[in-house]
Amino acid sequence: MDDLLREFLTETHESLDVVDVELVRFEQDPNNAKILHNIFRLVHTIKGTCGFLGLPRLEALAHAAETLMGKFRDGLAVTGEAVTLVLATIDRIKSILETLEHEQREPAGNDDELIADLQRMVDRIGGAAAQTQTVGTLVTQVLERPLRPGEDSLDDLERAFRQTAVERSAAKPAKPVVESADDEGSRIANQSIRVALDSLEQLMTMVSELVLTRNQLLEIVRRHEDSEFKGPLQRLSNVTAELQEGVMKTRMQPIGNAWQKLPRIVRDLGAELGKQIDLDMQGAETELDRQVLDLIKDPLTHMVRNSADHGLERTEERRASGKPERGRIRLSAYHEGGHIIIQIADDGRGLDTSRIKAKAIAQGLVSEADAAKLPESQIHKFIFVPGFSTAAEITSISGRGVGMDVVRTNIDQIGGSIDVKSIAGEGVSFTLKIPLTLAIVAALIVEAGGDRFAIPQLSVVELARVRGGSEHRIERIKDTTVLRLRDKLLPLARLTALLEIEAAGEVKADDGFIVVIQVGSQSFGIVVDAVLHTEEIVVKPMSSKLRHIAMFSGNTILGDGSVIMIVEPNGIARALGSTVTSQMVAADAAAARSAVADGQATSLLLFRAGSTQLKAVPLALVTRLEEIDARKVEISNGRHMVQYRGQLMPLVTLSDEVRIKGEGAQPLLVFSDGSRAMALVVDEIVDIVEERLEIQVASENAGVLGSAIIKGQAAEIIDVGHFLPLAFEDWFRRKEQSARSPARTVLLIDDSPFFRNMLTPVLQAAGYEVTAVGAAAEALALLKDGRAFDVAITDVEMPEMDGFQFAESLRADPRTAALPVIALCSTASPEAVERGRRVGFYDYVAKFDRQGLIAALKEQADVGYAA
Amino acid sequence: MTEKVDEDEFITATIGGQLFGLPILRVQDVFAPERITRVPLAAAEIAGVLNLRGRIVTLIDLRRRLGLGAREDDAQTMAIGVESQGESYGLLIDGVGEVLKLPRSGCEPNPLNLDPKLATVSAGVHRLEAQLLVVVDVDRALDIASTAIAA
Repeated sequence: MDDLLREFLTETHESLDVVDVELVRFEQDPNNAKILHNIFRLVHTIKGTCGFLGLPRLEALAHAAETLMGKFRDGLAVTGEAVTLVLATIDRIKSILETLEHEQREPAGNDDELIADLQRMVDRIGGAAAQTQTVGTLVTQVLERPLRPGEDSLDDLERAFRQTAVERSAAKPAKPVVESADDEGSRIANQSIRVALDSLEQLMTMVSELVLTRNQLLEIVRRHEDSEFKGPLQRLSNVTAELQEGVMKTRMQPIGNAWQKLPRIVRDLGAELGKQIDLDMQGAETELDRQVLDLIKDPLTHMVRNSADHGLERTEERRASGKPERGRIRLSAYHEGGHIIIQIADDGRGLDTSRIKAKAIAQGLVSEADAAKLPESQIHKFIFVPGFSTAAEITSISGRGVGMDVVRTNIDQIGGSIDVKSIAGEGVSFTLKIPLTLAIVAALIVEAGGDRFAIPQLSVVELARVRGGSEHRIERIKDTTVLRLRDKLLPLARLTALLEIEAAGEVKADDGFIVVIQVGSQSFGIVVDAVLHTEEIVVKPMSSKLRHIAMFSGNTILGDGSVIMIVEPNGIARALGSTVTSQMVAADAAAARSAVADGQATSLLLFRAGSTQLKAVPLALVTRLEEIDARKVEISNGRHMVQYRGQLMPLVTLSDEVRIKGEGAQPLLVFSDGSRAMALVVDEIVDIVEERLEIQVASENAGVLGSAIIKGQAAEIIDVGHFLPLAFEDWFRRKEQSARSPARTVLLIDDSPFFRNMLTPVLQAAGYEVTAVGAAAEALALLKDGRAFDVAITDVEMPEMDGFQFAESLRADPRTAALPVIALCSTASPEAVERGRRVGFYDYVAKFDRQGLIAALKEQADVGYAA
Repeated sequence: MTEKVDEDEFITATIGGQLFGLPILRVQDVFAPERITRVPLAAAEIAGVLNLRGRIVTLIDLRRRLGLGAREDDAQTMAIGVESQGESYGLLIDGVGEVLKLPRSGCEPNPLNLDPKLATVSAGVHRLEAQLLVVVDVDRALDIASTAIAA
């Protein structure tokens, strides 16, 4: 194909997509001259180029549309009818372009009818205004023949001529303003160039290789302590990381590109269905990898169509139920960690719960008895079950459900997840969580049966160590193994069994690491022999001979040069099979409640003990919830004890008002640490909620950190650190105590008083001297005053100056540049880890991981002393 | 020297005592496979994957492919690297021999009674002085029913 033609096609396609969107906007906001101006400019450019390339049909169409829009610009009323006509013209132009692309010439045929329609519209709405717009006398001029398509009537020419500034050449009479806009456009265009996608893909592949090689080099240098390569390699590593980021950026496109067609679709659907629909799009500039963008385009369109078609009620119905007549579909996108979150919400009637329930029962997904017990939110999730909505009749009868299972499969394939929230009568909202890129992913490297495998970290929720007698234990329900993890049951499978490989050595049924995985709304655990480390891996496609294996999504070359398989969580989920699906739906109930979470929220366990006042404790600190037979409580050495998993576990009461029950079930909160466990006696466990924890009133009482508003009620936040030593006096002291004689000094920075209060005793108990401050600025001030610390522990997410900036400030000052920093974070996204490495974090520790923190401190100290 | 057009060049390989010849034009390289990663759930003929200078190569065990029985665990192996549809493969053999130029006219069709598994990958047989050389059709050797284990 001619280069010129190709460029024309690409450009015109883009312009037309914009025109589509702009026209719909214009229809709603006819007084916005800027939008009209924009449309006009685009159509005009198309027309101009067509003439230049000798494409008469396109030129005539574009011209006719332009004429009509010229009328709008002259201030005539914008009618839906007229806009429809322009849209139809644009569709025609598109179809001609398509042929042009394939055959490199315009298709035969003519557009007289359409052009005539356009002109009739021009005449109809134009007549009156022509008079008012014209200055001077206008002699009506008669032409001997009818106007050919695309020709201006003499009147128009005349008028244009009079209105045009003199300096314009005769060839382009009517658009002085447009010309200047074009100039501006070309100035912007000069700063960007078009690059063929292939070149970008190629570049990406090369960078991936570079990343691999870098990883290999790092691995080698790690083995040689004092290598002179270390410095240059570190630089190479940084440059590589930046290059990778840069190349990724070139592949990024705003998600708005995938939304472009939506306003048009919604408008057309609205007209067809007799609904008035507003489409509200937010975050269109949010960027993601074009490969991912391509893959989600269709599912998104599908969902918006669904919302318009099934979600929103007809105008009369909306009026009857007291809603605004115009239905609303809201699309929004934003970044969160390494993901893009996309929400599609409507204010329609919501999902038809009873219909979905009936269907689920009919399909045997759940028994009638179980269905009755399921909360609505769980029932809604059935629309994602494969095959759920294939039956045609559900489309017409149920509120919605067309192909949501298909959408989910598409989303699953790119490692994303989807969730739904629906409130009857108020609307539905779907939330999609999608990785920004597919090429390079963070993976957890695990070992099973002597081989290593990579599990994409995206789907890993947490890791648990299982040993006989420890807090997490593998249990059996008939032949199914499950893990009791806090308040839910997780189906478990051994990776060796799933992959049909023989286990290395003797299999201990109750020993191993469990990788807890979440796929969509399903959670399950994979038992592996060891968890090795995490690594950024470059996903390489499987050989065509191996692609049929659903358990793997690809393979990769590790830093040490060996090839390993990348486990596909979706494949495993399917292999675990439908047997566990329904149980899981039930087991999910609690998880779903906490899935509402926004990043900042903390899971809190609400309970009552001793009074009617609500009390709360972060769920992450609680190892298990137990109910024991009260008669099993024994008194030994003056303390209440209970036999728990072969050991004596001391019971501790929050206050003297709490009575240990004499009979019946006694609820307990079990806290454990290594082999020790203690239980807090409570009267009643109320709920688990997701809430932003803000302690509003600090407490003077020992054992209470303060009060916070939770679910609209005041609740006391319990200081677990206070109670643990009551059970074992040496709870905190026993481990790290003997270590070093001069206490090491720790600077703790966290904006949350709760965490400061929680961590300070933990650190003190581990033998550190702690200075806690609430802001990075405070910490810097202390350091400036000459206070010396051995190590700083900082929260990453803080207002004003965050952990990264804090570390950067430290590095910038030679006096503090050497201070090691350990970062506390709630989520460690690959970007954050990478950034952390760059600003020089010594280590990353999850916020609630007390042991991890102590271990990191100890490790840092060892390294520090060795150096 | 005879005319080149009438000759084919082969790399010879032994598998289970039998001599095979691979068309040299298809051979990318010969290497000693190291650090093979087995692929769970893959077809039995697939010996695993390995990293060959940054490329992931799928190894196909010709012994299994030809039904010649399993190799002893500590036996030496070599691999012949070939490419097919943009993917890299390694054909696992017992040992690699020399490069032979053989007149095309000397190639005879498969004997009727040739073992069917051998016949599927054989493109003919050359009579050498001491023994017979089975010409391997690389594409057919790579044609493994990929759905074998999937179910």
